[in-house]
Amino acid sequence: MQVEAYAGEEMVLNMGPQHPSTHGVLRLELETDGEIVRNVIPHIGYLHRCFEKHAENIDYPGVIPFCDRMDYIASMNNSLGYALAVEKLMGLEVNERVKTLRVLMAELNRIASHLLSIGTYAMDIGSFTPFLHCFREREKVLDLFEWLCGARLLYNYNWVGGVSHDIPEGFEAKTREFMTQFEPVIAEMDKLLSYNKIFLERTADVGIISEEQALSHNVTGPNLRGSGIAWDLRKEEPYCGYETYEFEVPVGLGEHGPLGSCWDRYYVRIREMEQSLGLIRQALDRLPEGDVHEHIPRRVRPAKSEVYDRTETPRGELGYYLVSDGGLIPFRVKVKSPCFTVLSLLPAIAKGGMVADIIAIIGSIDIVMGEIDR
Amino acid sequence: MKQASEILQTLQEQFPDQIAKSSQECLQPFVVVAPGAVAEICAFLKNDPALAFDTLMCLSGVDYKGSKTEPERLEVVYHLFSMRHRHKMVLKVELPREDPALPTVEAVWAIANWHEREVYDMYGIHFDGHSDLRRILCPDDWVDYPLRKDYVQPETYRGMPAAADKQFAERAQEGEDLGTDPYQAG
Repeated sequence: MQVEAYAGEEMVLNMGPQHPSTHGVLRLELETDGEIVRNVIPHIGYLHRCFEKHAENIDYPGVIPFCDRMDYIASMNNSLGYALAVEKLMGLEVNERVKTLRVLMAELNRIASHLLSIGTYAMDIGSFTPFLHCFREREKVLDLFEWLCGARLLYNYNWVGGVSHDIPEGFEAKTREFMTQFEPVIAEMDKLLSYNKIFLERTADVGIISEEQALSHNVTGPNLRGSGIAWDLRKEEPYCGYETYEFEVPVGLGEHGPLGSCWDRYYVRIREMEQSLGLIRQALDRLPEGDVHEHIPRRVRPAKSEVYDRTETPRGELGYYLVSDGGLIPFRVKVKSPCFTVLSLLPAIAKGGMVADIIAIIGSIDIVMGEIDR
Repeated sequence: MKQASEILQTLQEQFPDQIAKSSQECLQPFVVVAPGAVAEICAFLKNDPALAFDTLMCLSGVDYKGSKTEPERLEVVYHLFSMRHRHKMVLKVELPREDPALPTVEAVWAIANWHEREVYDMYGIHFDGHSDLRRILCPDDWVDYPLRKDYVQPETYRGMPAAADKQFAERAQEGEDLGTDPYQAG
């Protein structure tokens, strides 16, 4: 391989924990040979805040703000998973309006999250302009959320049995307005970034995740779909009535280089934003009447039982394992983070590549350290 | 797709002595297996074409000390899923709280490596045969296992205070004058 020409002196290099391209505080111990990476050892835990210990010491609804703070880019989706798991424990059914609002917010949040992911990815690779376009659009989604519940990042929106606020008057129209002007931006991203020669060169042949690796490491979400596996929990194990919506599951096709490359993962996210727009439109069209606080229980006290529940967040399959001993506080809350599982695959896919490829790979798997370290 | 009862039956035929108990009356049916046999059973579950549990969704530890309903023990819980057949299963291993150890399943699912490191880090459960059993979230020289129910938070870590400051409410309850009452201020 031509990479071998860049071999040289061996040394150990610490990348991070404060490196901007590591998307948070992640330290990578690189064993380099000239420009070639011989081994990568990820060191995580810099953002460990004992989420699971905290959760064992507060009541069920009190855990929700902590969930928001795990994956702070996609808080709506995080708290949704937890609320659904507790509702499953209690055997609680929510009304249609709550379900539709949850889908609406989860998809808006997915767009915001993918925009951040794509924008920062482009910047890591060295293209600054897409970042500005993405953040301009993301800002509009955050404005909608701020109008909805007062917070821009950490919403505490999905409660057990309902949501915190019904949508304000005029929210629907504003969301439609956002959608109308956002739709062309996706096409713009294609022109600006997707088929850019330099971007393709940097990503299309790098960081290949094979199907077998993906399954063994339990890689989920856009990263799994980038490897060509059409697997989306919204389709396979629908929650919140996703089975009644029409949408497609975009997968990587390997159009530019081998299947499962960084570019495939990136492009799945672009296509997913289109699907999310469709879902938001359908949710707005049907929005049934109802009281969003109708099913909120006065006391959340599930009977002695346990459940493992998973949902599809922008980063993949987020699982909550809840154990209840019949009390008012959870006996055990375990979080299976999608970023945690995909990061464990990093050494396998980064070995033998160039140092600069590490940046391309980390950006493409879209990790949030807050969720990995919990 | 197989029902939980069918999967359980297959397991009982294959490993008659290793199944301690099982339950199908709960939300998600589970099987409790002997600690020593867990690697063997997992390998069977993955490789048997009719079961084909190709995904380890989650691997968690649970400490049942202080539970009102359960006897005191440690538990390792495996949530398995088969993407090929779309069926699920929960496998549990019960361990004593003193010197808990069981074989690793790293060779079956690669992701178990990190999950087991986390369980070791948080509960001190030893996974025999693990290739790299180090702490993962806490620093290497951290003392004791934080998610055990009888964990006591250290006062200091490397000379730095580790305990959180008392909350205002706590301090007020202890009778400290915080000077925040507008009626007392004057």
